Amino acid sequence: MLTIAGLSRKQRERFFLGGKRLPSKHCLGLAALSAKEINEILENAVPMKQVISRDIKKVPALRGKTVVVLFYEPSTRTRVSFELAAKHLSADTVNVSASTSSVVKGESLVDTARTIKALGADLVVLRHPSAGAPHLLARLIDVPVINAGDGMHEHPTQALLDIFTLRERKGTLKGLKVVIIGDILHSRVARSNIWGLTKLGADVHLVAPPTLLPAGIERAGVTVHHRPEEALVDSDVVMVLRLQRERQRQGLIPGVREYARMYGLNAARLALARPDAVVMHPGPINRGVEIADDVADGSRAVITEQVTNGVAVRMSVLYLLTLGRGA
Amino acid sequence: MRLIIRGGTVVDPVRGRMYPSDILIDGERVAAVEKRVQARGARVLDAKGKLVLPGLFDMHVHLREPGQEYKETVATGTKAAMRGGFTAVAAMPNTAPVTDTPEVIRYVLEKARDAGYARVYPVGAITRGSRGDELSEMGALREAGAVAYSDDGRPVVSAAVMRRAMEYARMLGVPVISHCEDLTLAGGGVMHEGFTSTRLGLRGIPAAAEEVMVARDIILAELTGCHLHIAHVSTAGAVRLIREAKARGVRVTAEVTPHHFTLTEQAVEGFNTLAKVNPPLRTAADVAALREGLADGTIDVIATDHAPHAAHEKEAEFDAAAFGLVGLETAVGLVFTELVATGVLDIPAVAAKMSLNPARILGLPAGVIEPGAVADLTVIDPEATEIVDPASFASKGKNTPFGGYRLTGLPYATVVGGKVYIRDR
Repeated sequence: MLTIAGLSRKQRERFFLGGKRLPSKHCLGLAALSAKEINEILENAVPMKQVISRDIKKVPALRGKTVVVLFYEPSTRTRVSFELAAKHLSADTVNVSASTSSVVKGESLVDTARTIKALGADLVVLRHPSAGAPHLLARLIDVPVINAGDGMHEHPTQALLDIFTLRERKGTLKGLKVVIIGDILHSRVARSNIWGLTKLGADVHLVAPPTLLPAGIERAGVTVHHRPEEALVDSDVVMVLRLQRERQRQGLIPGVREYARMYGLNAARLALARPDAVVMHPGPINRGVEIADDVADGSRAVITEQVTNGVAVRMSVLYLLTLGRGA
Repeated sequence: MRLIIRGGTVVDPVRGRMYPSDILIDGERVAAVEKRVQARGARVLDAKGKLVLPGLFDMHVHLREPGQEYKETVATGTKAAMRGGFTAVAAMPNTAPVTDTPEVIRYVLEKARDAGYARVYPVGAITRGSRGDELSEMGALREAGAVAYSDDGRPVVSAAVMRRAMEYARMLGVPVISHCEDLTLAGGGVMHEGFTSTRLGLRGIPAAAEEVMVARDIILAELTGCHLHIAHVSTAGAVRLIREAKARGVRVTAEVTPHHFTLTEQAVEGFNTLAKVNPPLRTAADVAALREGLADGTIDVIATDHAPHAAHEKEAEFDAAAFGLVGLETAVGLVFTELVATGVLDIPAVAAKMSLNPARILGLPAGVIEPGAVADLTVIDPEATEIVDPASFASKGKNTPFGGYRLTGLPYATVVGGKVYIRDR
């Protein structure tokens, strides 16, 4: 490891970790971040990934800081990923989830925000079923807020980890043909990826039945398809979204079985993509619905890499947002 | 007690003209409208450079009393009306309890009398509890003073119930005011469905949710011969349907709010709950169509849909925040800034849409300035400018998306039955 004389341990760590403070105070969505900021986060995730590959997965960058992880929706992987990311950076973490907190007693997000502020958190990670809830929180407290998924709006760290994974695999995003298949309408992951990927120069294609496409999405600078066969040709990346079974009950699709037949990613469809195309999925997977077993477990799937990279990317975001703020 | 309104420009919406004149008010009535009035001992209100309109009438207001006095009361709402230049309001029945009995009508009227600000004309519920199944006692409501029927805030879902209500309303000679929204198409949406809702990840309400219901109610008005008044029109398609229906001779009238002819869905950017309203703010093309509808007479009335809420009901997640915004104290400024200054409406047309037409629709003898008429007048200073400051509102509700807007053309004085209220400036 690099050592530089005359620097404090913390400064050395900073030097090693690098990074420039982001102009944005919060990480609320990729629509609001510039390409430069996105690249800064991705660059900084590289040393973070080195940290977690070490024997002792800890740097003192956030020592003495308190990160509150506030989840109003059930989640395992995202919550654990954030918690680990904060712990690797030596922050103290407090987990608050809707079922255990006073949220069930009817405390509003506004009141919860005041409590968190009074308790002296240095950063809050929020997942909430309502779009814009992190924006509300950011207006109410003066510490950085990271959006860990808000309604159908955005899930910026998921898209950042997807993009990070693609950069590792493909080098650059510029000109990559990325196909996103599935329930775009309800997907915050799709939205964040659309903003992020298009900002970095990828050629984004969406595939879904008209009932699962949000209004006016073609204005986002993407190409919309209804049939996967026509979109998958020569694609570099296939991103598959989870299909909630309740969409059938809501009348948005005629049936899950039919959906699997028309839109499910199977080996035959994947064969239309470039031979080096990778398959991504934000999880959790509905095997046999949106993705066939052999594809999910196949050599082109990078689904487990996505999980590892998630921790690194979240460390990067936590670190950059706390840089130069407070003691 | 006599009052002279001296040196103003009197606006006559009936003949569509304006002329310089004094107005003498004796007690509650207009005594003379003459070039130069002399009356010894009369109080004089100098209206030089100002416009004198027949009292403005907001036919779509939520006063929240009884039941939700923390949002607004009849007293605060009617004071806000006067401050905004309105001499009368029609109060929507979505109170708690719903205004579906003569007792609630009488209660509201008594509160209005006690307050002594703008006049209140209650609207009775179409159905019991506005639940959409059984008709309210429409005859008894009419006798107690209801000027129209509406389940505003929600649609009458059943076409059969709406048909029966229209048949009754026709017999009683009052209009049905329809909140046109197909709830299945609205699908629990919280803003206009379009690229902005997609970007914000908010559930959208398509324009079709309104238009499907406007079309249905026009067909039912044709069937029953009832006077149908469409509340808060927000889409280009609805304007077109109403225009076509009028051309066919259907008894249909319509209103638009200042926020719908001013703002677009863009106002929601940043999850601004102050711009959360139902029907939602639509697109620039819809705003253009609403203005065209105002200009060509398709839209008869400008009404505010004044919907006061407590601060905590707006300071919430967008999904959880209440729909609606206050309009009484910004309406005149918005009409002059957005419609008069831009040439959409001339001033007599403003007097028609904000005074004469609402009075005619509700069958009330108002909207004109002539000897013998009740002395309800609004004096407007077309040059006065303000930066909207919600803290200055008389309404309990401060929930406006227009805070910080610069408005030119403001109410100067409001005269109700000869009693003068000068705006706090």
